[in-house]
Amino acid sequence: MTIDPKSAAEAASPADTAAQPLMAGKRGLIMGVANDHSIAWGIAKALAAQGAELAFTYQADSFARRVAPLAESVGSDLLLSCDVVSDDSIDAAFAGLSKRWDKLDFVVHAIAYSDKSELKGRYLDTTRENFRRTLDISCFSFTNVAKRAAPLMTDGGSLVTLSYLGAERVTPNYNVMGVAKAALEASVRYLAVDLGDQNVRVNAISAGPMRTLAGSAISDARYVYRFTQTNAPLRRNVTLDEIGGAGLYLLSDLSSGVTGEVLYVDSGFNVTAIPHPNRQQAEEE
Amino acid sequence: MSDVADRVKKIVVEHLGVDEAKVTEEASFIDDLGADSLDTVELVMAFEEEFGCEIPDDAAEKIQTVKDAIDFIQKSAA
Repeated sequence: MTIDPKSAAEAASPADTAAQPLMAGKRGLIMGVANDHSIAWGIAKALAAQGAELAFTYQADSFARRVAPLAESVGSDLLLSCDVVSDDSIDAAFAGLSKRWDKLDFVVHAIAYSDKSELKGRYLDTTRENFRRTLDISCFSFTNVAKRAAPLMTDGGSLVTLSYLGAERVTPNYNVMGVAKAALEASVRYLAVDLGDQNVRVNAISAGPMRTLAGSAISDARYVYRFTQTNAPLRRNVTLDEIGGAGLYLLSDLSSGVTGEVLYVDSGFNVTAIPHPNRQQAEEE
Repeated sequence: MSDVADRVKKIVVEHLGVDEAKVTEEASFIDDLGADSLDTVELVMAFEEEFGCEIPDDAAEKIQTVKDAIDFIQKSAA
Protein backbone atom coordinates (compact mmCIF):
# COMPACT_ATOMS: atom_id res chain seq x y z
CA MET A 1 0.00 0.00 0.00
CA THR A 2 1.34 3.42 -0.90
CA ILE A 3 0.44 6.55 0.93
CA ASP A 4 0.01 9.80 -0.87
CA PRO A 5 2.30 12.10 1.14
CA LYS A 6 0.01 15.06 0.62
CA SER A 7 -3.14 13.39 1.98
CA ALA A 8 -1.18 11.81 4.87
CA ALA A 9 0.08 15.27 5.81
CA GLU A 10 -3.45 16.64 5.62
CA ALA A 11 -4.78 13.88 7.87
CA ALA A 12 -2.15 14.69 10.48
CA SER A 13 -2.53 18.45 10.31
CA PRO A 14 -3.14 20.10 13.69
CA ALA A 15 -6.21 21.93 12.40
CA ASP A 16 -7.81 18.60 11.58
CA THR A 17 -7.24 17.01 14.99
CA ALA A 18 -8.12 20.15 16.93
CA ALA A 19 -11.48 20.47 15.23
CA GLN A 20 -12.94 17.31 16.74
CA PRO A 21 -12.85 16.54 20.48
CA LEU A 22 -11.85 12.94 21.21
CA MET A 23 -15.30 11.81 22.35
CA ALA A 24 -17.47 13.90 20.02
CA GLY A 25 -20.64 12.02 19.11
CA LYS A 26 -19.96 9.25 21.66
CA ARG A 27 -22.44 8.23 24.30
CA GLY A 28 -21.72 6.31 27.45
CA LEU A 29 -23.11 5.06 30.71
CA ILE A 30 -21.33 5.84 34.00
CA MET A 31 -22.12 3.46 36.87
CA GLY A 32 -20.85 4.09 40.38
CA VAL A 33 -20.59 7.82 41.05
CA ALA A 34 -21.17 8.43 44.77
CA ASN A 35 -19.74 11.95 45.08
CA ASP A 36 -17.18 14.31 43.56
CA HIS A 37 -14.30 12.19 44.93
CA SER A 38 -15.51 9.05 43.13
CA ILE A 39 -13.21 7.49 40.54
CA ALA A 40 -16.20 7.15 38.20
CA TRP A 41 -16.69 10.91 38.49
CA GLY A 42 -13.04 11.58 37.62
CA ILE A 43 -13.46 9.53 34.46
CA ALA A 44 -16.84 11.13 33.68
CA LYS A 45 -15.32 14.62 33.87
CA ALA A 46 -12.50 13.69 31.51
CA LEU A 47 -14.99 12.20 29.02
CA ALA A 48 -17.35 15.17 29.19
CA ALA A 49 -14.45 17.57 28.63
CA GLN A 50 -13.82 15.74 25.33
CA GLY A 51 -17.41 16.03 24.18
CA ALA A 52 -18.93 12.73 25.36
CA GLU A 53 -22.63 12.57 26.15
CA LEU A 54 -23.19 10.82 29.47
CA ALA A 55 -25.86 8.91 31.36
CA PHE A 56 -25.49 7.98 35.03
CA THR A 57 -26.89 5.22 37.19
CA TYR A 58 -27.41 5.43 40.95
CA GLN A 59 -28.02 2.62 43.38
CA ALA A 60 -30.49 4.21 45.78
CA ASP A 61 -32.13 7.54 46.58
CA SER A 62 -29.32 8.42 49.00
CA PHE A 63 -27.00 8.39 45.98
CA ALA A 64 -29.46 10.02 43.58
CA ARG A 65 -29.33 13.37 45.36
CA ARG A 66 -25.51 13.22 45.25
CA VAL A 67 -25.26 12.27 41.58
CA ALA A 68 -27.93 14.63 40.21
CA PRO A 69 -26.00 17.92 40.63
CA LEU A 70 -22.80 16.32 39.26
CA ALA A 71 -24.63 14.96 36.22
CA GLU A 72 -26.19 18.35 35.64
CA SER A 73 -22.78 20.02 35.76
CA VAL A 74 -21.70 18.01 32.70
CA GLY A 75 -24.97 18.61 30.88
CA SER A 76 -26.51 15.20 31.55
CA ASP A 77 -30.18 14.77 32.41
CA LEU A 78 -30.20 10.98 31.99
CA LEU A 79 -30.19 9.50 35.50
CA LEU A 80 -31.24 5.90 35.90
CA SER A 81 -31.90 3.87 39.01
CA CYS A 82 -29.90 0.64 38.94
CA ASP A 83 -29.24 -1.77 41.77
CA VAL A 84 -26.96 -4.44 40.32
CA VAL A 85 -28.09 -7.16 42.74
CA SER A 86 -31.32 -7.32 40.71
CA ASP A 87 -31.58 -8.42 37.07
CA ASP A 88 -34.90 -6.59 36.84
CA SER A 89 -33.28 -3.36 38.00
CA ILE A 90 -30.45 -3.66 35.44
CA ASP A 91 -33.00 -4.48 32.71
CA ALA A 92 -35.06 -1.44 33.67
CA ALA A 93 -31.99 0.82 33.55
CA PHE A 94 -31.05 -0.40 30.07
CA ALA A 95 -34.67 -0.09 28.92
CA GLY A 96 -34.59 3.53 30.12
CA LEU A 97 -31.32 4.09 28.30
CA SER A 98 -32.60 2.54 25.04
CA LYS A 99 -35.62 4.82 25.13
CA ARG A 100 -33.37 7.85 24.85
CA TRP A 101 -30.38 6.49 22.92
CA ASP A 102 -30.38 4.17 19.93
CA LYS A 103 -26.77 3.20 20.43
CA LEU A 104 -24.15 3.06 23.15
CA ASP A 105 -20.38 3.55 22.80
CA PHE A 106 -18.97 2.95 26.27
CA VAL A 107 -19.63 1.91 29.87
CA VAL A 108 -17.72 2.77 33.05
CA HIS A 109 -18.31 0.23 35.82
CA ALA A 110 -17.09 1.41 39.23
CA ILE A 111 -19.21 -0.67 41.55
CA ALA A 112 -18.11 -2.77 44.51
CA TYR A 113 -19.43 -3.78 47.88
CA SER A 114 -18.41 -5.79 50.90
CA ASP A 115 -19.56 -5.78 54.48
CA LYS A 116 -17.19 -3.31 56.17
CA SER A 117 -16.64 -5.68 59.09
CA GLU A 118 -14.86 -8.06 56.71
CA LEU A 119 -12.54 -5.38 55.31
CA LYS A 120 -10.44 -5.77 58.44
CA GLY A 121 -9.00 -8.71 60.29
CA ARG A 122 -8.37 -11.99 58.51
CA TYR A 123 -9.55 -13.06 55.06
CA LEU A 124 -9.84 -16.49 56.64
CA ASP A 125 -12.90 -15.31 58.55
CA THR A 126 -14.93 -14.33 55.48
CA THR A 127 -18.51 -15.58 55.73
CA ARG A 128 -20.34 -17.40 52.95
CA GLU A 129 -23.02 -14.71 52.82
CA ASN A 130 -20.60 -11.81 52.49
CA PHE A 131 -18.40 -13.75 50.04
CA ARG A 132 -21.42 -14.32 47.82
CA ARG A 133 -22.62 -10.74 48.07
CA THR A 134 -19.16 -9.24 47.48
CA LEU A 135 -18.52 -11.38 44.39
CA ASP A 136 -22.03 -10.73 43.07
CA ILE A 137 -21.88 -6.93 43.34
CA SER A 138 -18.16 -6.37 42.72
CA CYS A 139 -17.56 -8.95 39.98
CA PHE A 140 -20.64 -10.55 38.42
CA SER A 141 -22.35 -7.17 37.96
CA PHE A 142 -19.72 -6.23 35.34
CA THR A 143 -20.45 -9.33 33.26
CA ASN A 144 -24.18 -8.85 33.72
CA VAL A 145 -23.97 -5.23 32.56
CA ALA A 146 -21.67 -6.15 29.65
CA LYS A 147 -24.27 -8.62 28.41
CA ARG A 148 -26.89 -5.88 28.19
CA ALA A 149 -24.57 -3.14 26.94
CA ALA A 150 -22.93 -5.08 24.09
CA PRO A 151 -26.07 -5.41 21.90
CA LEU A 152 -26.40 -1.60 21.98
CA MET A 153 -22.79 -1.16 20.84
CA THR A 154 -23.56 -1.43 17.15
CA ASP A 155 -20.49 0.56 16.08
CA GLY A 156 -18.17 -1.25 18.47
CA GLY A 157 -17.53 -0.02 21.97
CA SER A 158 -15.44 0.00 25.09
CA LEU A 159 -16.11 -1.21 28.63
CA VAL A 160 -13.94 -0.22 31.58
CA THR A 161 -14.03 -1.47 35.16
CA LEU A 162 -11.95 -0.60 38.22
CA SER A 163 -9.55 -2.86 40.07
CA TYR A 164 -6.74 -2.62 42.58
CA LEU A 165 -3.37 -4.28 43.19
CA GLY A 166 -4.96 -6.28 46.04
CA ALA A 167 -6.40 -8.49 43.28
CA GLU A 168 -2.96 -9.93 42.57
CA ARG A 169 -0.99 -9.50 45.74
CA VAL A 170 -1.93 -9.19 49.38
CA THR A 171 -2.55 -5.70 50.75
CA PRO A 172 -3.74 -5.00 54.31
CA ASN A 173 -7.43 -5.67 55.00
CA TYR A 174 -8.48 -5.81 51.33
CA ASN A 175 -9.45 -9.44 52.00
CA VAL A 176 -12.54 -10.67 50.13
CA MET A 177 -12.45 -7.58 47.92
CA GLY A 178 -9.05 -8.73 46.64
CA VAL A 179 -10.57 -12.08 45.73
CA ALA A 180 -13.49 -10.33 44.01
CA LYS A 181 -11.15 -8.05 42.06
CA ALA A 182 -9.07 -11.07 40.97
CA ALA A 183 -12.26 -12.60 39.59
CA LEU A 184 -13.14 -9.26 38.01
CA GLU A 185 -9.77 -9.05 36.24
CA ALA A 186 -10.24 -12.60 34.96
CA SER A 187 -13.72 -11.59 33.74
CA VAL A 188 -12.15 -8.74 31.78
CA ARG A 189 -10.06 -11.25 29.83
CA TYR A 190 -12.94 -13.64 29.12
CA LEU A 191 -15.27 -10.80 28.12
CA ALA A 192 -12.57 -9.37 25.85
CA VAL A 193 -12.62 -12.62 23.86
CA ASP A 194 -16.41 -12.97 23.85
CA LEU A 195 -16.97 -9.42 22.64
CA GLY A 196 -13.92 -9.04 20.40
CA ASP A 197 -15.82 -10.21 17.31
CA GLN A 198 -18.10 -7.19 17.49
CA ASN A 199 -15.22 -4.81 18.20
CA VAL A 200 -16.24 -4.21 21.79
CA ARG A 201 -13.14 -3.79 23.93
CA VAL A 202 -12.99 -4.69 27.63
CA ASN A 203 -10.33 -3.36 29.99
CA ALA A 204 -9.70 -2.54 33.63
CA ILE A 205 -7.84 0.25 35.38
CA SER A 206 -5.90 -0.86 38.44
CA ALA A 207 -5.86 2.43 40.33
CA GLY A 208 -3.58 3.36 43.20
CA PRO A 209 -5.34 3.95 46.52
CA MET A 210 -7.76 6.88 46.38
CA ARG A 211 -9.49 8.75 49.17
CA THR A 212 -13.03 7.83 48.16
CA LEU A 213 -16.20 6.99 50.03
CA ALA A 214 -15.81 3.30 49.15
CA GLY A 215 -12.10 3.36 49.98
CA SER A 216 -12.83 4.68 53.46
CA ALA A 217 -14.52 1.36 54.29
CA ILE A 218 -11.18 -0.46 54.15
CA SER A 219 -9.48 -0.60 57.52
CA ASP A 220 -6.08 1.14 57.73
CA ALA A 221 -6.69 2.79 54.34
CA ARG A 222 -4.52 5.71 55.45
CA TYR A 223 -1.54 3.44 56.10
CA VAL A 224 -1.85 2.01 52.61
CA TYR A 225 -2.20 5.50 51.16
CA ARG A 226 0.91 6.74 52.93
CA PHE A 227 2.98 3.62 52.19
CA THR A 228 2.18 3.96 48.50
CA GLN A 229 3.03 7.65 48.54
CA THR A 230 6.45 6.94 50.09
CA ASN A 231 7.40 3.92 48.02
CA ALA A 232 5.88 4.38 44.57
CA PRO A 233 8.43 5.30 41.87
CA LEU A 234 6.74 8.68 41.41
CA ARG A 235 6.78 9.24 45.20
CA ARG A 236 3.17 10.30 45.34
CA ASN A 237 -0.35 9.00 45.02
CA VAL A 238 -2.32 9.44 41.83
CA THR A 239 -4.99 12.08 41.39
CA LEU A 240 -8.58 11.74 40.28
CA ASP A 241 -7.71 13.57 37.04
CA GLU A 242 -4.97 11.04 36.29
CA ILE A 243 -7.43 8.15 36.58
CA GLY A 244 -9.75 10.23 34.42
CA GLY A 245 -7.06 10.52 31.75
CA ALA A 246 -6.49 6.76 31.73
CA GLY A 247 -10.24 6.20 31.50
CA LEU A 248 -10.43 8.58 28.57
CA TYR A 249 -7.64 6.67 26.83
CA LEU A 250 -9.31 3.28 27.30
CA LEU A 251 -12.77 4.53 26.30
CA SER A 252 -11.65 6.50 23.24
CA ASP A 253 -10.24 5.36 19.93
CA LEU A 254 -6.74 6.18 21.20
CA SER A 255 -6.71 2.65 22.64
CA SER A 256 -8.43 0.97 19.68
CA GLY A 257 -5.85 -1.83 19.66
CA VAL A 258 -6.13 -2.59 23.38
CA THR A 259 -8.44 -5.15 24.97
CA GLY A 260 -8.33 -7.60 27.87
CA GLU A 261 -5.82 -5.34 29.57
CA VAL A 262 -5.40 -4.27 33.19
CA LEU A 263 -3.79 -0.83 33.10
CA TYR A 264 -1.99 0.31 36.25
CA VAL A 265 -2.49 3.95 37.17
CA ASP A 266 -0.68 3.86 40.49
CA SER A 267 2.48 6.02 40.25
CA GLY A 268 4.24 2.76 39.33
CA PHE A 269 3.80 1.19 42.76
CA ASN A 270 3.05 -2.25 41.32
CA VAL A 271 6.60 -2.70 40.02
CA THR A 272 8.21 -2.40 43.44
CA ALA A 273 8.94 -5.43 45.60
CA ILE A 274 11.26 -4.15 48.32
CA PRO A 275 11.41 -0.37 48.62
CA HIS A 276 14.87 1.22 48.60
CA PRO A 277 16.06 1.96 52.17
CA ASN A 278 16.49 5.65 51.24
CA ARG A 279 12.74 5.89 50.88
CA GLN A 280 12.04 4.69 54.39
CA GLN A 281 14.79 6.89 55.85
CA ALA A 282 13.43 9.94 54.05
CA GLU A 283 10.03 9.17 55.51
CA GLU A 284 11.39 8.83 59.05
CA GLU A 285 13.36 12.10 58.95
CA MET B 1 -10.06 28.68 68.64
CA SER B 2 -13.38 29.96 67.40
CA ASP B 3 -11.67 29.84 64.01
CA VAL B 4 -11.92 26.05 64.06
CA ALA B 5 -15.59 26.24 65.07
CA ASP B 6 -16.38 28.63 62.23
CA ARG B 7 -14.60 26.49 59.65
CA VAL B 8 -16.33 23.34 60.91
CA LYS B 9 -19.72 25.02 60.75
CA LYS B 10 -19.02 26.34 57.26
CA ILE B 11 -18.22 22.81 56.01
CA VAL B 12 -21.40 21.45 57.61
CA VAL B 13 -23.55 24.20 56.06
CA GLU B 14 -22.04 23.67 52.63
CA HIS B 15 -22.09 19.89 52.71
CA LEU B 16 -25.53 19.32 54.17
CA GLY B 17 -27.11 22.37 52.56
CA VAL B 18 -28.71 23.43 55.84
CA ASP B 19 -29.47 26.86 57.26
CA GLU B 20 -26.51 28.33 59.13
CA ALA B 21 -28.72 29.10 62.14
CA LYS B 22 -29.47 25.41 62.60
CA VAL B 23 -25.79 24.50 62.87
CA THR B 24 -25.35 25.04 66.61
CA GLU B 25 -22.62 23.26 68.55
CA GLU B 26 -25.15 20.90 70.11
CA ALA B 27 -26.70 19.95 66.77
CA SER B 28 -26.48 16.26 65.90
CA PHE B 29 -25.61 15.62 62.24
CA ILE B 30 -28.10 12.82 61.88
CA ASP B 31 -30.89 13.77 64.31
CA ASP B 32 -30.96 17.54 63.83
CA LEU B 33 -29.35 18.27 60.47
CA GLY B 34 -30.81 15.46 58.36
CA ALA B 35 -27.51 13.75 57.53
CA ASP B 36 -27.46 10.09 56.50
CA SER B 37 -24.63 7.66 57.20
CA LEU B 38 -22.88 8.55 53.91
CA ASP B 39 -22.98 12.23 54.87
CA THR B 40 -21.22 11.54 58.14
CA VAL B 41 -18.40 9.71 56.33
CA GLU B 42 -18.14 12.54 53.81
CA LEU B 43 -18.09 15.16 56.56
CA VAL B 44 -15.22 13.41 58.31
CA MET B 45 -13.30 13.29 55.02
CA ALA B 46 -14.04 16.99 54.48
CA PHE B 47 -12.78 17.85 57.98
CA GLU B 48 -9.60 15.88 57.33
CA GLU B 49 -9.02 17.77 54.09
CA GLU B 50 -9.75 21.19 55.59
CA PHE B 51 -7.63 20.75 58.71
CA GLY B 52 -4.95 18.39 57.37
CA CYS B 53 -5.58 16.02 60.26
CA GLU B 54 -6.37 12.32 60.52
CA ILE B 55 -9.57 11.14 62.11
CA PRO B 56 -9.31 7.38 62.72
CA ASP B 57 -12.39 5.18 62.31
CA ASP B 58 -13.04 4.71 66.02
CA ALA B 59 -12.84 8.47 66.62
CA ALA B 60 -15.01 9.18 63.57
CA GLU B 61 -17.76 6.96 64.96
CA LYS B 62 -17.90 9.14 68.08
CA ILE B 63 -18.24 12.40 66.15
CA GLN B 64 -21.99 12.85 66.19
CA THR B 65 -22.46 16.55 66.87
CA VAL B 66 -20.85 19.75 65.63
CA LYS B 67 -19.17 20.12 69.02
CA ASP B 68 -17.73 16.59 68.83
CA ALA B 69 -16.04 17.55 65.56
CA ILE B 70 -14.71 20.87 66.88
CA ASP B 71 -13.37 19.23 70.04
CA PHE B 72 -11.61 16.45 68.15
CA ILE B 73 -9.98 18.84 65.67
CA GLN B 74 -8.84 21.24 68.40
CA LYS B 75 -7.38 18.36 70.39
CA SER B 76 -5.51 16.92 67.40
CA ALA B 77 -4.10 20.35 66.53
CA ALA B 78 -2.93 21.00 70.10
